[in-house]
Amino acid sequence: MAQAKIKKKAEPAAGSEGTTAEERQVLLRSMLLQRRFEERCAEAYALGRIGGFCHLYIGQEAVGAGAMAALRADDYIITTYRDHGQALARGLSPRAIMAELFGRSDGCARGKGGSMHLFDRSLNFLGGHGIVGGHVPLGAGVGFAIKYRGGDQVCLCFMGESVVNTGAFHEALNMASLWKLPVVFLIENNRYGMGTALERASSIHDIYLRAASYDMPRAYVDGQDVLAVRSATLEAVRRARTESTPTLLEVRTYRFMGHSMSDAVSGTYRTKAELEEHMKRDPIMVLRIQMQEAGEIDDAGMAKLDEDVKAIVQDAWDFAEASPEPPLESLHEDVLVETST
Amino acid sequence: MSTVTYRDALNQALKEEMQRDDRVFLMGEEVGVYQGAYKVSKGLLQEFGEMRVVDTPITELGFAGIGVGAAMVGLRPVIEFMTWNFALLAIDQVVNAAAKLLYMSGGQFNIPIVFRGPNGAALQLSAQHSQAFESWLAHIPGLKVVSPGTPRDAKGLLKSAIRDDNPVVFFEGEMLYNTKGDVPDEEYVIPIGQAELKREGDHCTIVTYGKSALMAVQVADQLEKDGIRVDVVDLRTIRPMDVAAITASVRKTNRAVVLEEGWEVCGVGAQIVDHIQRDCFDDLDAPVIRVHQADVPMPYAKNLERAAKPDVAKTIAAVKKVMYLPD
Ligand SMILES: Cc1ncc(C[n+]2csc(CCOP(=O)(O)OP(=O)(O)O)c2C)c(N)n1
Repeated sequence: MAQAKIKKKAEPAAGSEGTTAEERQVLLRSMLLQRRFEERCAEAYALGRIGGFCHLYIGQEAVGAGAMAALRADDYIITTYRDHGQALARGLSPRAIMAELFGRSDGCARGKGGSMHLFDRSLNFLGGHGIVGGHVPLGAGVGFAIKYRGGDQVCLCFMGESVVNTGAFHEALNMASLWKLPVVFLIENNRYGMGTALERASSIHDIYLRAASYDMPRAYVDGQDVLAVRSATLEAVRRARTESTPTLLEVRTYRFMGHSMSDAVSGTYRTKAELEEHMKRDPIMVLRIQMQEAGEIDDAGMAKLDEDVKAIVQDAWDFAEASPEPPLESLHEDVLVETST
Repeated sequence: MSTVTYRDALNQALKEEMQRDDRVFLMGEEVGVYQGAYKVSKGLLQEFGEMRVVDTPITELGFAGIGVGAAMVGLRPVIEFMTWNFALLAIDQVVNAAAKLLYMSGGQFNIPIVFRGPNGAALQLSAQHSQAFESWLAHIPGLKVVSPGTPRDAKGLLKSAIRDDNPVVFFEGEMLYNTKGDVPDEEYVIPIGQAELKREGDHCTIVTYGKSALMAVQVADQLEKDGIRVDVVDLRTIRPMDVAAITASVRKTNRAVVLEEGWEVCGVGAQIVDHIQRDCFDDLDAPVIRVHQADVPMPYAKNLERAAKPDVAKTIAAVKKVMYLPD
């Protein structure tokens, strides 16, 4: 197999050029939907409607929205337990997601997965996975299958920055580069794995540089700028699709909430001042200001958009609440399938 | 019928299934150019090429996960572990991924994958290379667990495992690869989940599987010379277990010995005994006895290794004990 010449990218990816006003509207709406959805999840959690572990995406919406906008309908996505925002951005029904979070039979995993395990086969959304690092080889395996079949799809594999310290990450990236698999490994660097700061866990702080040890193309990008995320992901996706070459893309973002619902927002491992500093770069505000300056949205337009997405989330809540609990017979279903051949 | 080694029987199964279905591929360490650490994949690279017979780096966790990911989107991987001792590095992918995805996704993603390789002790390989792990994986809902003892069973069950739409854990025996047996010349499969009576008798039942099935047959043949007739129930599959075959035999003989290669504590034998006590309580004429490895890591020295492993003499002694016969 002839080795394609790969340009190594280490510069921050380009900014807003290449989107239409319409696309920017879609991105804004996607981020706002994620935000309002997650806010209601926090409320539902407090009310006991949602149980278990629940990891919100607030602050990171530009990553899901921007990256997903770079994909085709037949591409694949695999991700971690922090999966609500990406699922919404991919187009999973808010109703089915909320019903899943409520543990109801109309959930996108029939009430068997919960917050950490959202799936939708029809959208090639291959799930939220709960073992840190464990899904990265799966993402490489999806890339292997694409190459095996000779297709030109791409697998987008999301992960938190803590994943780069796991063996699974290292093993998967080595093979992905060795075999030239069409996978984009997208790190959502929100600076903390639970309460452990990146600098206290990784010997390298510019973590996209890790790709150097696999001779893999790499880039980092401002994760609060949805247009930058989109164009950086597009570049990586193009490389995967047309050159069958993986990329390690570090997206620098920040989570505005605690790690999960039981975690204080600030005070232990990060200061309130640090949090407030980062919240000044709210990804929704960043795009809104750009669009306002371009005359693409005004306050009334923004208010209207907000009403729309709030209504969608309310509808999802109502739907979830009305959805029945899974029937007890389903307890023993989905352990194994009947083999047809 | 032809006389075939266990190794060649597995090789035939792989080859036939790869010819039958181009979604099937083999991945693992040394499976290609080297022709397999135990030569099970001999000739496959030459016939099927690099995309379908894939040599990996030494990354059990990584390539097991690559297999699961490929299976999620429609391929049918056969993942070879050089031995199951090394598969411990991949257990996250077997237990947390392969066995869970169908359930967690509410039935959307089944994982048609086979994890296979040699299991259990060979000779003087000592503690890290002589372990039988079937109880670990048989514990997990969402997996099927198979352990054939003869070439015929190995071929027929591997073909079924590859055709199965679920994750199948397939335990081979390092000491079995050179053993020979009759294998049908025509196409056949052996269904997962069916035991086979390898010997018939009415005095005592030996329940076993895998490599130990060979030992049980030797035990039966030897005891027959003393007029003791033993039923040998070879489970062949550990999960789902053919409980009906066990209870039918024990109801006939009223006595049972459970023989396995692994350790005693929480072993597969404990599960078998539980089925017997629940379903055959009133049929039993003696407590069930288990034969298994000594409760120690495997030693290196020949005499200690011999003392640690189950063998024909220990099993004969157990049969005589449940029959209240003198040694
Ligand atoms: C193998 C493993 N170890 C520990 C945990 C518990 N855990 C869940 S999330 C998490 C932190 C992960 O941080 P990061 O990868 O940065 O993602 P983030 O949660 O910030 O999105 C830990 C330690 C786990 N799920 N899996």
